[in-house]
Amino acid sequence: MLALANRLALKALWVAGIFLGITLISFAVIHLAPGSPTDMQTTLNPLATAETRARLEKLYGLDRPLPVQYLDWLGKLVRFDFGQSLSGDHRPVWDKIRERLPLTFSMNIVSLVLTLMIAIPIGLLSAYKQGGLFDRAATVFVFVGFAVPGFWLALLLMLLFGIHWGILPISGLTSMDFATFSLWGKTVDLARHLTLPIFIYTFGGLAGLSRFMRSSMLEVLRQDYILTARAKGLSTWAVIGKHALRNALLPVITILGLSIPGLIGGSVIIESIFALPGLGQLFYQSVMARDYPLIMGNLVLGAVLTLAGNLLADAGYALADPRIRLGGRSRE
Amino acid sequence: MSDLTGRLRRLGRAVARHGMLWAGLALVGSISLASLCAPALAPCPPTTLDVNAILVPPGSTGHPLGTDALGRDVLSRMLYGGRVSLWVGFVAVGLSVAIGLLLGLCAGYFGGLVDEAIMRGVDVMLCFPSFFLILAVIAFLTPSLTNIMIVIGLTSWMGVARLVRAETLALRGREFILAARVSGMRAPGILFYHILPNAAAPVLVSATLGVAGAILIESSLSFLGLGVQPPMPSWGNILMDGKEVLEVAPWLSIFPGLAILFTVLGYNLIGESLRDILDPRLRQ
Repeated sequence: MLALANRLALKALWVAGIFLGITLISFAVIHLAPGSPTDMQTTLNPLATAETRARLEKLYGLDRPLPVQYLDWLGKLVRFDFGQSLSGDHRPVWDKIRERLPLTFSMNIVSLVLTLMIAIPIGLLSAYKQGGLFDRAATVFVFVGFAVPGFWLALLLMLLFGIHWGILPISGLTSMDFATFSLWGKTVDLARHLTLPIFIYTFGGLAGLSRFMRSSMLEVLRQDYILTARAKGLSTWAVIGKHALRNALLPVITILGLSIPGLIGGSVIIESIFALPGLGQLFYQSVMARDYPLIMGNLVLGAVLTLAGNLLADAGYALADPRIRLGGRSRE
Repeated sequence: MSDLTGRLRRLGRAVARHGMLWAGLALVGSISLASLCAPALAPCPPTTLDVNAILVPPGSTGHPLGTDALGRDVLSRMLYGGRVSLWVGFVAVGLSVAIGLLLGLCAGYFGGLVDEAIMRGVDVMLCFPSFFLILAVIAFLTPSLTNIMIVIGLTSWMGVARLVRAETLALRGREFILAARVSGMRAPGILFYHILPNAAAPVLVSATLGVAGAILIESSLSFLGLGVQPPMPSWGNILMDGKEVLEVAPWLSIFPGLAILFTVLGYNLIGESLRDILDPRLRQ
């Protein structure tokens, strides 16, 4: 138990350190802008008044020494106070982010589940008959999958399904007359709008995950306990499906945690192509409008979500692996 | 000497066995060559407007791949755009490998507090969705070819740093390093003459795959209008123009994407087969 408490304490210390690091780097980004972050709204903008400049400088506290600025910003950050958007509505950044989260989250969850459901069988079959026809076909698919730019695939699918065949909408989350639909009609309409974006998300994750699953499975199949299981006459299904699969799935948990930054980053492109009102589109709009408080809010949130994802993956791994769960001793 | 020739022969056989490597080299080689010879191969200069040839479909005389909404020749723009992609790939990866090597060598060799500081820095950088970080930095600076290369380089060194640190840790305790230290060699000398060459193989693999990644990032940025700025052509920004006229001129959205696909595929093929050839743990 003591070992576990120690490990948790170390982990907590690590998390606190990483969080501070995230805020430090984000803070450095604000100060990257040549001159000051307010230039874009002031000296470079002939319409900006002295009053605008003063408001911005007050917002950032730019007249004070750097360490004070940082501590002040950090203090606001932990209270979810990211300041106000510079856009016309002047709404708090956190409110703008919060309303965008559900769409991006649910799209990512759906595509993650789909990716797992497709990639695990592909990886498993490839490893089971390594070098076979299926394995070769899967390898070709993986290489092409890695090389296809997601935004280009999106354009091609829009061209094919949206324009050529005209069977799927290519932009937005709902149709114009959405409000008049029945509940079922609304569900179908949403699903039709999300089909292509979710396909792109899923395709993007498929190559990496199936490759990873394949090598994880190959690794497990080389182990002695698989030989034992075979030697005692278990059926192929029992060996592969029970003994091997469960062990091969363990590292996938880690990969899921590691894939979060890619998913968050990918949402920028997919959501702006398909005009979906999610977090990625909000971030893209804030970058285009140089809405600095909104950019910073998104950046810090993206990093913190990644950190949380890594921690969840760690915890999931510990829960799933009896060597860690029961032994309390890691391999180090 | 015989050991060396034996090793060379083994290497030659391995290379011959790897059709993937040749396919990758052929793809990257032909695309690079075409881009380098762009002035000779391009039917017109990439920024010449022609109001009489707006959105001409592919296969027309003088415009094998058609023209865009401003009457610019797509093939010419793609050839010149290839230069941008290759250049971004090399410079960005050069920068990230340089940073990763330096930090990885220091972390692995000196250990202790230095190691702790550098590796926690890697952990922090890995927490940022890299595309978010790149976009944020580009928003604070201005989008330009130089800025993009620097920003991609500064946000992609973590893999190399981890790799080099692991190699350095493994080599640090070996006898030849001890011998070098006993004979009075200083740390920088040991790092660059003895450790670096031994860590070169995995770095080469990672750098090759890194070029592919950098090209994808640059094209995504340019597609969003935050990368290479018009009128300078890049595969990404031709696709951005193509999206506006997707219905009437699909060719603008098809060809540059194929160029990206084949280039990235080529680098990945080279990188993966180099990994197979160079990694003794995978060689049976």
